[in-house]
Amino acid sequence: MTGIQATHLGMPLRIDDLDHENLDYFKHCAAHDFHLQACAACGRLRYPPTTACPWCAALESNWRKVEGKGTVHSYTEVHHAIQPAFRDFTPYMLLLVDLDTQKGQPTPDEALRVAGNLCTPDGKLAPPDIVKRVGIGTRVRMVFSDVAEGLSLPQWTIDQAAQQPEKIWRYPQE
Amino acid sequence: MPLPRQEVDASTPKYLRDKYAIVGVGETTYTRGSDKTTRALGTWAVRNAVLDAGLKATDIDGMLDYSGGDSTSATFISGDLGMRLNFYMDVVGGGSSTEALVGIAIGVIEAGLCKTVAIFRAMNGFSQVRIGGTGARSAAPLVGDMLHNRAYGWQSAGQNFAPTFMRHMYDYGTTPEQVAHVKMFHSRHASNNPKAYYKKRFTVEDVINSRFICKPLHLLDCCVETDNATAIIVTTAERAKDCKQHPVLIRGVVGRCNKPRLDMHYQHGPISTVAGHYAKEILWPNSGVGPEDIDITGSYDAFTFTTMLQLEDYGFCKKGEGGQYVSSGAIGLGGRRPNNTSGGHLCEGYTHGMNMVIENVRQLRHDVDDSCPVGPDGKKQHTYDYSEGGCRQVRNVEVSANLGWANPSTGSAMVMRRG
Repeated sequence: MTGIQATHLGMPLRIDDLDHENLDYFKHCAAHDFHLQACAACGRLRYPPTTACPWCAALESNWRKVEGKGTVHSYTEVHHAIQPAFRDFTPYMLLLVDLDTQKGQPTPDEALRVAGNLCTPDGKLAPPDIVKRVGIGTRVRMVFSDVAEGLSLPQWTIDQAAQQPEKIWRYPQE
Repeated sequence: MPLPRQEVDASTPKYLRDKYAIVGVGETTYTRGSDKTTRALGTWAVRNAVLDAGLKATDIDGMLDYSGGDSTSATFISGDLGMRLNFYMDVVGGGSSTEALVGIAIGVIEAGLCKTVAIFRAMNGFSQVRIGGTGARSAAPLVGDMLHNRAYGWQSAGQNFAPTFMRHMYDYGTTPEQVAHVKMFHSRHASNNPKAYYKKRFTVEDVINSRFICKPLHLLDCCVETDNATAIIVTTAERAKDCKQHPVLIRGVVGRCNKPRLDMHYQHGPISTVAGHYAKEILWPNSGVGPEDIDITGSYDAFTFTTMLQLEDYGFCKKGEGGQYVSSGAIGLGGRRPNNTSGGHLCEGYTHGMNMVIENVRQLRHDVDDSCPVGPDGKKQHTYDYSEGGCRQVRNVEVSANLGWANPSTGSAMVMRRG
């Protein structure tokens, strides 16, 4: 497999040809089919792609399809962009989402926390009126931002089909 | 299955309490626009530290420094000052490096590799490599692991740490106003520090009303970006007796201690807990003291929140009560346990932690460089009047703790005492 070079919002992205873990991860994302490495020895899933199991140190893993649904665990809302690529999109939101799969395992405070921006269902960065509706506790589902062949970024959007909590937590100052 | 966990063996023969000392401290001015190379800045700071110790450059035979590819190697700084080193190492690292390198310096002296080590950090954090991540750093190609964070506009230190800060507010009800007190107190301290880059006093309202950078961080929750170099000299307590200054002894160190999985992606929780939770299990036993014994702290203030989180997780208050602790007045001059009496990274200047160690060394010498009058013995006559433009020496300070921060999952710390 050869490496990938692409641009996302004008940012250069690169996956080296030796970086097999990331090539495989983003290949599945490009098919809009979220997969994580499952340890061949203990079966636990891990995120993001790594070269060994953090629980049993086994090197071998298999890619397993994982449902892209979860709950916002924490977030930041960026008003002053550092990267030029994001200046036109402020305020944009970075979400840390606890996947429903494997949540609270193997210890209660662990989860597969998958990062992503808050997006519209078509994978574009969400506008301010949608940003204001999301906080800790919001139920979200995964969507993808297509970047290049073999490279899409997993992102998050409000899960309209899910029952949302009565109250979400947002930073007190808007 | 239990997590892989290493028990700390701080058994008696390993204790090196009070066996090593910091004998010299030095710095350049804290500026924005130094008009100097990091080589010139580093040379200047190391020379100041050597002179402060009452040593000659040729007395230094070991050197350590840290950088993120934004500085000059020890080979140039030592060579420029005419030193012949028996040991040196340039280390990759930012915040939390200072205390960790003191630990390494003790180790290499103890192992007989050299006798006296200068540690420096030289950086143009404003005029060359912007420490806030703007400029060249923000436009570099994203590769490998960065595709899981920077590709989402999740790059700068503030952006990276924000999920921990937000979750602490959610988990414990910490308020923006409580945390803003850190800036208020540090700015008061800086107003009594003639070398601080920002000497202006700020109120809690000033912080809350400043513009958002990334929630929960307002502009005034964030540290400054400056150009400067800082240096300290470590040697044995025995040799310290022949140096110029009152000795400041090192009680114990913990270096770059981590949360499980070095948790850069927040997989291990609670994410509102930081590395100090683990580091304190090494720091306090090694030092033979506990938080209640500490007179002053130097809790890293890259952001107001980092000061609060570390003080909490090292046990200066109960878990979850960091907001109350930092807003109680305890961390201000005149309070129970002042923090960053120089003004720290929020006000004095940004040096990746070393200026906070320098400040506590001067505090423990009872010779802080504030605006107090100089007596006939050439020493400051401290007034203990902490109003603006006045004193910042803490009365009768005997024991200090520095809490260095790299990120929520990595920290270092050091306890020092007056010899």
